[in-house]
Amino acid sequence: MILNKSEVTNILDKLASEYRVIAPVEKNGMVEFAAIQKGEEAKLDYANSKKPGKEILFPQSEELFNYTVDAEGLRMEDKVDSQASIIFGMRPCDVKSWVLLDNVFKNDQYTDVYYLTRRANSLVVGLGCNEPASTCFCSSVACGPFAKEGSDIFLTDIGEAYVVEGISEKGKELLAKLGLSEAGAEATAAAAKLQAEVKADGTINIEGMAEKLSGMFEHPYWDSLHEKCIGCGACTYLCPTCHCFDIADEATDCDGCRVRNWDACMFPLFTLHGSGHNPRPTGKARWRQRLMHKFNYFVERYNATACVGCGRCIKNCPVNLDIRQALADIQALD
Amino acid sequence: MRNPYLPLPMKLVKNFTETSDKLIHTFTLEYQNEQDAENFKYEPGQFAELMVYGKGEAPFGIASSPTEKGILKFSVAKVGVVSTALHMLQEGTTVGVRGPLGNSYPLEQLKGKSLTIIGGGFAFTTLRSTIQYILDPANRGDYGDLTVIYGARNPGLLLYKDELAAWDARSDINLITTIDREVEGWNGRVGFIPTVTKEVAPKTDYAIICGPPVMIKFTMPVLVECGFTPERIIMSLENRMKCGIGMCGRCNVGSKYVCKDGPVFTKEQLDKLPNEY
Repeated sequence: MILNKSEVTNILDKLASEYRVIAPVEKNGMVEFAAIQKGEEAKLDYANSKKPGKEILFPQSEELFNYTVDAEGLRMEDKVDSQASIIFGMRPCDVKSWVLLDNVFKNDQYTDVYYLTRRANSLVVGLGCNEPASTCFCSSVACGPFAKEGSDIFLTDIGEAYVVEGISEKGKELLAKLGLSEAGAEATAAAAKLQAEVKADGTINIEGMAEKLSGMFEHPYWDSLHEKCIGCGACTYLCPTCHCFDIADEATDCDGCRVRNWDACMFPLFTLHGSGHNPRPTGKARWRQRLMHKFNYFVERYNATACVGCGRCIKNCPVNLDIRQALADIQALD
Repeated sequence: MRNPYLPLPMKLVKNFTETSDKLIHTFTLEYQNEQDAENFKYEPGQFAELMVYGKGEAPFGIASSPTEKGILKFSVAKVGVVSTALHMLQEGTTVGVRGPLGNSYPLEQLKGKSLTIIGGGFAFTTLRSTIQYILDPANRGDYGDLTVIYGARNPGLLLYKDELAAWDARSDINLITTIDREVEGWNGRVGFIPTVTKEVAPKTDYAIICGPPVMIKFTMPVLVECGFTPERIIMSLENRMKCGIGMCGRCNVGSKYVCKDGPVFTKEQLDKLPNEY
């Protein structure tokens, strides 16, 4: 199917009357995902959002429940968000990150109702990347500028229009309601050409990385890797697959709110015991943890690499640490 | 979908000062809803998040045994925000409990086996749960000889003093208590846990050990020397935790989460993980 760019505003207006539409918008000179009321707010000609798409399902700060304790006892009210949403125009890397995070927020015993309820009520319209940035390396990590995994509907920008593909049943059902016209042979060919030809940096070889890292916990390589790192945690906050969080109470005497906030393995307090003991007391241990978690522990646990190659950690690192270099160095070790 | 973050309300019925330095209190809690008492099924070795309204929650090993019906017990050292708030609570206050969490000591697998249980300091809580469970008349016959080696810096810092005396009087448990330095009036042993363990030289089928890292570090070689193979040494780990359900990411040792895959591991399992705990 085809969606002319001139019609996008109308379509979004129509969707916004029925769903919560979350789209990239420009705010304070940065692009972020936000709920829009009108189609014209959406900014689809963007490279990528500053903060990753994980925040749609797993906000940086989120209220879990409110509670009140008084003479009548205890009352709790949880704050599960079940509004039907359409995420419009998310990049394939961020879409893929949701697929990876699904592993984390549901395990054999427990379900994170907050994440999963939002997830179940979200429909994702992915948007392919015609011009991956120099920091993008999705083509190296089982993703790619036109990877469709996780999208319900997928858009390919062919200039004046988007070629629209229904991927999941949910996506196809929505498309049937929208009444878009069929794409002509020329448009389909243009989209196919882009999908076949556009690649991000694909030179990082992560094949066998998990196995290699398995024997490397004590390797001297870690001794110097972290030396430049100032432990700011930007890489983890902006990573679409990092999922660590803290839980805290914000309360007065009898009214309170349990909140969770993003947290990061790059901070020493993250693992500090009450006794003063810290299993990861050094920058070395924390850098090793970040890399190992993504390329070894996550693979062992969920059989997937926890990196989608979005390059945010590279682009936003204040000391120019580049995880691609670290991976290449590790591959080059004997 | 059940929300694993919501605590259930329990009533603090006893706030007991356990040690002479007053830094460890034992809290006895009663279920406020009968249904919760039915649903809260736990095994020795599991933990729960204890919540003080307005302060937050923190994880603690469950010190009571499932054979003690209708209550939960926790022994808590005064260390941080939540534990300090707990210590100050008046009896009758409502607290929140989220759990049971984590795995447990493999008591089913240990049936018919003889056991040595080694604890140090206040890391004796889930071990108390285990001992109470085994000593219960309904269960005692399922297990072989039981040796318990328990040490603290001084007699005042031993937990559960009344129970220790009662166990000492029984013939179906061999209790050895030890303190670090000679004190007047002390009849037990004197010496650190590794030394005492070496003296006792336990020859049981399995060993369960829980204590501060330094105690574990020096006792482990002694157990190996006594002939315990790695799959017969069972340990309980501690790491900083928040969610308790394997999601928040902070308590991992390699690819394992202490909160969900543990806290109980065998030495055999730990030997395969990075030494980062």
